[in-house]
Amino acid sequence: MPLLSVADLHTHFPTPQGTLRAVDGVSLTVAKGESVGLVGESGCGKSTLGKTVLRLVPPTSGEIVFAGEDIARLPAESLKPYRRRAQMIFQDPFGSLNPRHTIESILTAPLYVHGIGDRAERQKRVAAIIERVGLPLSALSRYPHEFSGGQRQRIGIARALILGPDLVICDEPVSALDLSIQAQILNLLVEMKREFNLSYLFISHDLSVIRYFADRVLVMYLGRIVESGTGADLWARPLHPYTRALIQAIPDPSRRRQAAPLGGDIASPQDLPRGCRFHPRCPIATAVCAERDPALETHAPGHQTACHHAGQLTRPPEA
Amino acid sequence: MAIVELAPEAPVVAPAVGTWRALRAFLRNPAAVIATLFLLLVTLIAIAAPLIYPEDPLSMVARPFLWPGQNPKFPLGSDSLGRDVAAGLVWGARISLVIGIAAMALGVTIGIVVGATAGYFGGRIDDALVRLIEIFQTTPSFLMLVVLVAIAEPRVESITVAIALVTWPTIARLVRAEFRSLREKDFVTAARGLGYGHARIIFIEILPNALPPIIVTSSVIVASAILMESALSFMGLGDPNRISWGSMIGAGREMLRTAWYLTLIPGIAIVLTVLALNLIGDALNDALNPRLSAER
Repeated sequence: MPLLSVADLHTHFPTPQGTLRAVDGVSLTVAKGESVGLVGESGCGKSTLGKTVLRLVPPTSGEIVFAGEDIARLPAESLKPYRRRAQMIFQDPFGSLNPRHTIESILTAPLYVHGIGDRAERQKRVAAIIERVGLPLSALSRYPHEFSGGQRQRIGIARALILGPDLVICDEPVSALDLSIQAQILNLLVEMKREFNLSYLFISHDLSVIRYFADRVLVMYLGRIVESGTGADLWARPLHPYTRALIQAIPDPSRRRQAAPLGGDIASPQDLPRGCRFHPRCPIATAVCAERDPALETHAPGHQTACHHAGQLTRPPEA
Repeated sequence: MAIVELAPEAPVVAPAVGTWRALRAFLRNPAAVIATLFLLLVTLIAIAAPLIYPEDPLSMVARPFLWPGQNPKFPLGSDSLGRDVAAGLVWGARISLVIGIAAMALGVTIGIVVGATAGYFGGRIDDALVRLIEIFQTTPSFLMLVVLVAIAEPRVESITVAIALVTWPTIARLVRAEFRSLREKDFVTAARGLGYGHARIIFIEILPNALPPIIVTSSVIVASAILMESALSFMGLGDPNRISWGSMIGAGREMLRTAWYLTLIPGIAIVLTVLALNLIGDALNDALNPRLSAER
C-alpha cells in the first residue's frame, strides 16, 4: 500500500471570471521512501496540488488517502495527527519564517503544540535538528532576517522535520536560491531522506532539479497529469509532446538551434480549451485533439500519458 | 546537474534587530524626543498631583479672579469661584491621561479582537463584522458619545467606555486590513500546516507582525480621546466631581473677555499634550515603517 494515494482530486476556486480549475482530476501515489517529482509551468496548479494534499487548501472533490485513511473529508479539527506526519517546505525562504520569532521559538512551537516532550526534551530535539541541518546552536537565539537565503531554507527544513513526518512536500524548495546554494540544499534533502526514511513529493519547474531528485516524475499541465513515468524512462522516451517540449527547452550548448519549442502561453484555467488542454500549443495536434479530451493511459510498464498521438514526433497525415 | 559539496555560505552581516533599529530612528527625531519628554513631565505631574496639591482642586481657596502672578501662592491665578487654576491644571492632567489611556486600551482591545476575527476568518464572519464596523463608523461619533454619556451617569468610567465605543472601529478596520494581507503569508500557511490552533495563529503568529501600525494609531487615539473628554467636559457632560481641562475651559468660557487666562491656560495644556501625542505618533510611524515614510 502506498503511503499517499490521491484519486481524482479536484480543487476549484470560484472567481468573478468563472470557476478556476487549479487541480482538475489528478491521481497520484507516493510510496514509502519514494521521491516523486512534479513538474510543470508556473500556473499549472502544482503548488495548489501540494497544498491541497496537505489540506491547506480545501479540496473540491476526490480522495487523499494517507496511510489508509482518507483525509480529504476529515473536519479541520481532526487533522492534527495528519499534520504531524505530513509537512511542507516552502519556496520562499524569506516569507515562510515568521520575522518576529526567534529560530528557537519557530522550532519549539510545533513540539509544544503537539504536546511532544517536556521543556528539556523539546530543547534537546531542537538543538539536535538545528545541528543536523548544518547550523550552529547560536542560530537559535537569532531572528530569521539575520540569515541568508540558504540558511533560512535550512531552518525551513528543520521546521518541517522536527515533528518527524513521513511525507514532506517540497514546493520549489531551491528555486529562490543561488545555483551553488541549490546544490547544498538538494544534498541536505537527500541526506534527510536517507536518515529519516522520508517520502518526498517534490514540486519544481526546473527539470534538472527534478532529474537529480526524483525516482518517478509526473508532468502537470493545466490542472492535469499529462505524463507519468520513472525518471530514466521519461527522459529517454518522452511520450507527450508537452514533456518533450519541456526537455528540449533545457539549454544545451551542443545543440545549435535554441528556438522556443512551445509557442503561445498556457491557457487560462478559468477558460479551458475544449478537447485536449494542450492542443492550442501542440505541434502535432489534429482535429481529434480539439474534440476529445485524452485520458491517462499506460503505454509502457510504469509509463503513462494522456495524448491521442503519444510518442509521435510529427503530426500524422489527416485522415 | 552535478552536485558538489561547496563551502558553507558566508554568514550574512545582520542588520540591527527591528526593535532596536526603530528605537534609534525614533530617538534621532528631535521633535519626538521633546514630545516624549513633555509627555513624561505631564505624566509625572499627574501622578504627583496629590503631593503637589493635596487639597481638593474644586474647593474655593482664594479670592476670585486672581490673575496669574498676582499672588505667589496661586501662580496661575484663580477662577470665578476662587479655585486655584494651577491645582486644576495638575489634577486635570490626571483625568485627561487616565481617560485617554484607558479609553485607548479598551478601544484597541475591542478593535484588535473584532478586526483580527474578521480579517483572519474572512467569509461570512467578515461580512457580519464589517457591517457592524460600518454601523459604528457611519454614526457621527461625537453625537453618539454625547448620547452614550447622557444615558449613563457621567462618571470617569462611563466616559472612558463611551470613548472606547466610538474609537474601536478605527482600530478594527486597520487590524482587519493587516490580517487580510498577513494571513496569505507563507509563515501563516506553515503555521496551519503544523497544526497550530486559530488563537495561536492569530495572537502569536500574525498579531506581532501587525503591531507597528496599531501602535502608531494608538498614540493618535489617546490624543483624540483626550480631546473628546475635554469636549464633553466643556459641554458640562463630564464627571461633575472631577476637574478636567475641558471643564475648566467650560467654566471660563463666560469670562472669556475679562479673564481670558481661564480658558487659555487649560487650552494650552490640551494643545501641547495632543500635539505631543501626535508628534510621537508621526515619529513612531517613521521609525516603524521606514520604507513607507521614505516613499511619502
